[in-house]
Amino acid sequence: MKYHTTTKSTLRYLSIAGIAVSLWLGLSACKSKSTSTGSANGVTLLNVSYDPTREFYVDVNAAFAKQWKEKSGQDIEIKQSHGGSGKQARSVIDGLEADVVTLALAGDIDSVAKSGLIPADWATKLPQNSSPYTSTIVFVVRKGNPKAVKDWGDLVNEGVQVITPNPKTSGGARWNYLAAWAWAEKQFAGDQAKVKEYIGKLLKNVPVLDSGARAATTTFAQREIGDVFLSWENEAYLIEKEFPGKTEIVYPSLSILAEPPVAVVEANTAKHGTQEVAKAYLEFLYTEEAQKLADKHFYRPRNAAVASKLPAIEPVTVDQHFGGWPTAQKTHFDDGGSFDQLYGVK
Amino acid sequence: MSKRRVIPGFGLSLGFSLVYLSLIILIPLSALFLKAAGLGWREWWNLLTSERVFAAAKLTFGASACAAATSTVLGLLVTWVLVRYRFTGRRLLDAMIDLPFALPTAVAGITLTAIYAPNGWLGEPLAKMGIKAAYNSIGVYIALTFIGFPFVVRTLQPVLEDFTKDTEEAAATLGAGRWVTFWRVIFPMMVPALITGFTLAFARAIGEYGSVIFISGNLPMKTEILPLLIVSQLEQYNVPAAAVIASAMLIVSFTLLFLINLLQRWLDWHKK
Amino acid sequence: MAYQDVTNESKPVRYLLIAATFGVLALFLFLPLAAVFIEALRKGWEIFFASLRDEAALSAVKLTLLAAAVSVPLNTLFGVAAAWLVTKFRFKGRAFLMSLIDLPFAVSPVIAGLVWVLLFSSHGWFGDFLQRHDIKIIFALPGIIIATVFITFPFVARELIPLMESQGADQEEAAVTLGASGWSIFWRVTLPNIKWGLLYGVLLCNARAMGEFGAVSVVSGHIRGETNTLPLHIEVLYNEYQFSAAFACATLLALLAILTLGIKSLIEHFSGQSSHGH
Repeated sequence: MKYHTTTKSTLRYLSIAGIAVSLWLGLSACKSKSTSTGSANGVTLLNVSYDPTREFYVDVNAAFAKQWKEKSGQDIEIKQSHGGSGKQARSVIDGLEADVVTLALAGDIDSVAKSGLIPADWATKLPQNSSPYTSTIVFVVRKGNPKAVKDWGDLVNEGVQVITPNPKTSGGARWNYLAAWAWAEKQFAGDQAKVKEYIGKLLKNVPVLDSGARAATTTFAQREIGDVFLSWENEAYLIEKEFPGKTEIVYPSLSILAEPPVAVVEANTAKHGTQEVAKAYLEFLYTEEAQKLADKHFYRPRNAAVASKLPAIEPVTVDQHFGGWPTAQKTHFDDGGSFDQLYGVK
Repeated sequence: MSKRRVIPGFGLSLGFSLVYLSLIILIPLSALFLKAAGLGWREWWNLLTSERVFAAAKLTFGASACAAATSTVLGLLVTWVLVRYRFTGRRLLDAMIDLPFALPTAVAGITLTAIYAPNGWLGEPLAKMGIKAAYNSIGVYIALTFIGFPFVVRTLQPVLEDFTKDTEEAAATLGAGRWVTFWRVIFPMMVPALITGFTLAFARAIGEYGSVIFISGNLPMKTEILPLLIVSQLEQYNVPAAAVIASAMLIVSFTLLFLINLLQRWLDWHKK
Repeated sequence: MAYQDVTNESKPVRYLLIAATFGVLALFLFLPLAAVFIEALRKGWEIFFASLRDEAALSAVKLTLLAAAVSVPLNTLFGVAAAWLVTKFRFKGRAFLMSLIDLPFAVSPVIAGLVWVLLFSSHGWFGDFLQRHDIKIIFALPGIIIATVFITFPFVARELIPLMESQGADQEEAAVTLGASGWSIFWRVTLPNIKWGLLYGVLLCNARAMGEFGAVSVVSGHIRGETNTLPLHIEVLYNEYQFSAAFACATLLALLAILTLGIKSLIEHFSGQSSHGH
């Protein structure tokens, strides 16, 4: 090989260097082992959560980082990932290395537990079934409630378009579905045929099944599709804030106690060396400071000392009414469950 | 054949190309087909003929075809003007043609949505006329037309530039008007290029994702496109279904690609 | 007056067509481009700069640059090798190879992401192996890079092949008879001939790499400040109703597009050829 000291050889060195650098970057990218690592002076946590918690956890993370710094002298950075609760659980099962999961319902954490990343008894590790705050399902209607939607029965009226996300991917949608089911069982005194007829009619009035609560919110509030939006209570208030004067919140006669649970993904924290801080992070959610933040973002605090500004409701719970999440998940949402039968489209 | 072998580097370039091609393209795509083949023919059939897939396919192919046709008509106009006329701003226009190609699809998506949403610049007057552009199949069509447009122009341009004016002069001396000359002489010569441009824009539109998901509204059965259906199947952990739909789409795309290559040959042959 | 030049349209028709072209392009190209900047500045410069200085935005920019910095050189290397192969030699399967190079062009970005999930997710083909060796691909930087590589795979090769085809192999053959080695033929004979085409291909490849959305979205995992590229970050902001911030980040990519088109025009100016397809 001959070498010439001309501009061409400069070009050659440049391109060889460019390719070498890119290979090095590529290889080192493969080696960068984990997103979250514990070290002496800095630690990173990944919180994989569901859709409507974005704003809440931004505040919580800042408060916890401050407290952790005071307590241990360590800087902490908490990363967030949001999406439909079911989809997020899939991502964690598929290898998204979450240190903690804060999902919409116990069923989704159960499915992560089934893959072995979380111990099966995760719900007993923290107080109150490991759900530090609760919420419920409300109706959001257009200003002035032009379709006069007052209760679950009005949702099956002719010409009423109902927006709810897809129960297959979204946690909120599963709460919506069960709340409607519980109301119908009460209304029709447990007549299963009538309950199914009601749910079937309700699903016929749904023009969109978005994958997550946030996408459904966008559909309803921004794209202005639909008359009623079955929404997380906190998301409903967020809509009022973001789109002032366009919507109203309606509390139906019966709703469900939604208990969004949290858990440490122990297989991942063991790998990252973040067991201690992950646990502290979730325990922090039960402190008065975090409970106040929950209230600020329209969740219902668990701590009785923190008064909720939301109207009192008497909701049904999944444990009483549906025999717990594993049963509810199997009967209604697994492949071939009641949702598949009644929605009729795969 | 062997005459060209005097140039060195055959082994090296062949080896490198094949290894790279296999790693990046062949192995992943065969993984997809194998996954899909894990399901039997009956399941394939049931999946692909299910209402939701059928509706998504109808929208994807229908909107892509309409968009490609629109791109072809507009592309012909724009190419003609760019090639045949000289005017101020021509170079700028020419450079701008590639914008939809260079602009990231997500940016195109949110921008077109902002313009065509019911409260957007063009969406509002359209809404007053009773036309719902964004969050509707019209939105899908608009986005796909935007995406496909440069492909048509860049296919037509070199062909039109290569046209000599002899035939047109001949037509004129035989007494044909400009309009007749265009339809009877120029247009037939451009047909291969027009078809190629159409097919390119069509192929590109079928797979498009980023620009469409923002503007379409993503309503299953109504404004859901096939790529979005794949994503939503994946999110529901219905990986085999996602793989089947993806494989079916790939087969269609490969057929189109094959067609484009044939057309390209026809085009080269025509130019000679 | 009207038929001075028989191969040209009459003046009114000409003006009408030019006006129509301006109209179409204004509606189609200039309006969206203008909309990006106007929407971005709707809430003022302060919000605009604040959105760009946001930590998540900065990390998204960094990730986007990094992904392009790896995938573009790799695909350039491949593009040159493949173009050399199919234009300087005739061999069995050459036409087939050329079709294979075109393949990613016809593959939907979503599918380009899906294939990597099938291979590398915890439940994919190599899931166990990767887990045992603690290598992360999906939901991490490597996944984003390989998805980008897949999508931008054909651009350099597609640009070079027609160019090198038209130039033939005569100069190289002459160089061989003069005793030049393969490398020096490439650097001193071929490269100077194809440099503008190569630059153009790299440019297109880069624009696509930085703007890729669908494929990256499937493999990213959407961790803020970690695996969100700039286009994904825009989507996140958009879904959080931070429209001005979303458009502020979009201006960066729009500027990249304008820069790409500008350099492309310059290249055409220097190389003295008119624009030709992709």
